[in-house]
Amino acid sequence: MASASADVGVADRRPRSPDKPVSSRLARIDARYGYLFVAPALIGFMVFVAVPLIGVFYFSLHDYNSLSGQFDPVGLGNYETLLPSATFRTVMRNTLVFSLGVIPGNIILGMVLALLMNQKLPAIGIFRAAYFVPAVISLVAWSLVWEHLLQTSGGVNGWLAAIGITGPAWLNDSFWSMAAVILVQVLKNVGVSAVLLLAALQDVPEEIMEASVLDGAGALQRFWLIVRPLISPTLLMVAILATINSLKAFAQIFLLTDGGPGYSTTVLGYYIYERAFKAFQLGYASTAAVILFAIILSLTLLQWWSRKRWVHVEE
Amino acid sequence: MLKNRVQPKTAVGVRERSDSPGIRGMSGGKALSMLSKGLTYVFMTALAVPFVFPVYWMFVTALKPLRDVFANPPQMWPTDPEWLNFLVPFQTGPFLRQFFNSTYIAATSTIGILIVGSLAGYAFARIRFRGRNLIFLAILAGMLIPAEVTIVPLYRLIDTFGWIDSHLALIVPAIFGAPVVLSIFLMRQFFLSMPIELEQAARIDGLGRWGIFRRVAIPLARAPLAALGILAFLSSWNDFLEPLVFLRSRELWTVPLALQSFIDPASGVPIWNVQSAAMTLSVAPVLIVFMFAQKQFIQGIAGTGIK
Repeated sequence: MASASADVGVADRRPRSPDKPVSSRLARIDARYGYLFVAPALIGFMVFVAVPLIGVFYFSLHDYNSLSGQFDPVGLGNYETLLPSATFRTVMRNTLVFSLGVIPGNIILGMVLALLMNQKLPAIGIFRAAYFVPAVISLVAWSLVWEHLLQTSGGVNGWLAAIGITGPAWLNDSFWSMAAVILVQVLKNVGVSAVLLLAALQDVPEEIMEASVLDGAGALQRFWLIVRPLISPTLLMVAILATINSLKAFAQIFLLTDGGPGYSTTVLGYYIYERAFKAFQLGYASTAAVILFAIILSLTLLQWWSRKRWVHVEE
Repeated sequence: MLKNRVQPKTAVGVRERSDSPGIRGMSGGKALSMLSKGLTYVFMTALAVPFVFPVYWMFVTALKPLRDVFANPPQMWPTDPEWLNFLVPFQTGPFLRQFFNSTYIAATSTIGILIVGSLAGYAFARIRFRGRNLIFLAILAGMLIPAEVTIVPLYRLIDTFGWIDSHLALIVPAIFGAPVVLSIFLMRQFFLSMPIELEQAARIDGLGRWGIFRRVAIPLARAPLAALGILAFLSSWNDFLEPLVFLRSRELWTVPLALQSFIDPASGVPIWNVQSAAMTLSVAPVLIVFMFAQKQFIQGIAGTGIK
């Protein structure tokens, strides 16, 4: 559950472990094992992470078309063309709308589910399992079954019709298609958020809660004034995870709407794929990828920064 | 981290919220609290519908004749279930082969990830060597990079290796690339918390580094390895972007690629009942294992907060 930022450098602060080898010769041999153990991961990291990451920056500086085979350096030309373009603005706006739907949806629904699951009730485990089902099955199956349910003549509209509502053309309407992909995304991942929040709720000391009941705090007051601050690091983590997941959303968009109708559900993650493997414009795709990377990097740094502040508040 | 049994330290005000606030201490409160418990269950069940019903819908759509998949009102159970629909994916395409592909790719990747991850995680936690923290931080940063960011250069790289349309394109980057980073991080966390006395005792017994790792550390790490194994297997089994980009031939496809291929060539519309049959077959094994190993699944997926 610890996120990446949690314990970097913990090893430094640990007291020197008593297993420190007695002689420097032994230490050297031990260090050799260290390099040996780390080598597969390190070499793999260089080849499959570091090199592609450098590559994406490099490609973003080129007019690169995989169909024509063109590969010409253009400096920042791709950025100059892409950033002000109407399409890219639409993509960024979609990404923002999608995230603004997914993140609060994830946190609020996740919090409700976590509070429900935190009750001492028989068979509560069944519900926890139920809310977790979408997180277990593949995104492809999850998206495809919703594609069927959300067809204009599909199940959802069928049941809506039964109560006298004419449902929209969910996947062919520029407004409802965005609502649909947000819904599918939230339902897929909210079980994970709920379980993370549940773990945080269970770490809230009972004494504090009892004391606040004695002080006459109401349920909502207790949640807002006592529980919420105590679980705020987890809330933040859930928010960041939901953000990253929504920024890189691809498969559900590909399967449900193909980014459409028009560009109405093309978010950044899907746009990279669409440029690279449908339009064969690898240069533009790389430029968009660099922007995605920059956004995720800044959000992560923001997380580290605010985590520090939060920890301070806790103490 | 996640307690299996929900502890009696509710207090968080959930029950109170679904109760009316004055219930406590009322005479006849027992009946009322029974009622409110009942209402809570109704509410939780209603909330569970959008999570679980789609899975039922896959199954029931698979049993319908094609003309009934959009029946209005929607049919909760087909008038005449067509069980043979479950055979169609195997007859119309190499679904069995694709099932096998997914299974062995996921199994190989998982074993590789666990080996590479626990070796590196152990070394970062337990062995002192120059540059250790720097290397660890660098690798950790890789966790922040989603596949979408590096897919274009990775495609070029895989092409250079001659792995386009080969399963190596899925297995090797999974074992050595971004997916292993999480395992390294979590195994390091685990080994940091392992009591040092065990290693000292093993050392006195004459075990070297490899022996300590193999015979002391790894046997103690069964629980995190199980959780990470489930996570690694599921991520590979459910992966979509990489197979879509790297694989061409139908016989080499993985299950997720196969699922979106049951399309009527004339209309371009999915053959819904056959597609649903294939989907049901693909999620059934995962859900069955999930029922038996719920705790490990939840720890594997939520323990890392990914997906």
